Amino acid sequence: MDKIQPKIAVDYYEDATIVTLKDEQILDESEVQALANSLMPLVEEADGINLVIDFGNVKFLTSAVLGLLIRASKKVYESGGQLKLCSINPKIFEIFRITRLDRVFDIYADRSEATQGLNPT
Amino acid sequence: MVSDSLVHKSVVIDSSRSAVERLCSRLLEAAAAKDFDGDDIFAIHLALEEALLNAIQHGNKQNTAKQIRVEYFITPAKFEISITDEGPGFNPDSVPDPRAEENLRKCCGRGLLLMRSYMDEVEYNEAGNCVHMVKHKTKAPNAN
Repeated sequence: MDKIQPKIAVDYYEDATIVTLKDEQILDESEVQALANSLMPLVEEADGINLVIDFGNVKFLTSAVLGLLIRASKKVYESGGQLKLCSINPKIFEIFRITRLDRVFDIYADRSEATQGLNPT
Repeated sequence: MVSDSLVHKSVVIDSSRSAVERLCSRLLEAAAAKDFDGDDIFAIHLALEEALLNAIQHGNKQNTAKQIRVEYFITPAKFEISITDEGPGFNPDSVPDPRAEENLRKCCGRGLLLMRSYMDEVEYNEAGNCVHMVKHKTKAPNAN
């Protein structure tokens, strides 16, 4: 039996669901799949979710994670929700900038900024 | 103290995550021993992960029986590596630009862009199954 390793912590603040990524490094497909297994049910089970993903713990990631974020983003917006990213350290933000995903995602300095102005569910 | 000796080795690993982790750990330690700074180590790490994942997924099609040949050359001034898989290769010029508006929301295709962005040189052999990458140390080597 596989060891259960939760990859996220989930908090709720007013109308927002805040997902904190727990791993410092998110590298290969298996780790991204484990993260997807934790994240995607949240996205798929709640119409109109106001989702904030907190990257405060993340010090390293690969392009595989970017693909997962895009998948999650599509699901969130299809169901009328919103997705915001926050607390991305400068080295990780540079990856978003190089790939121009800083134009695709709404990125905020911290979770306080990210939760301002979210639509009520 | 930075070792002036050159590190030049050729290794063969299987197409598994554990082998990639061990190799990355060894290479990053070797780069740190040559006094590459944190930004350079981050860049080398990202390029290594993307290149090795490409070799496993696209080159060797996740067949753990297939191998990856890695040759590296680390000096106090530069980190140089060649990674060869057993696949038929690909044409890197045929990879769409993931920054183009029509590709921005695609879920994959960013690894090569990141390798090119973080390393100073990225070249493929004619067959397209061997990538050669170079990172020059950002901070000047210590003259002492």
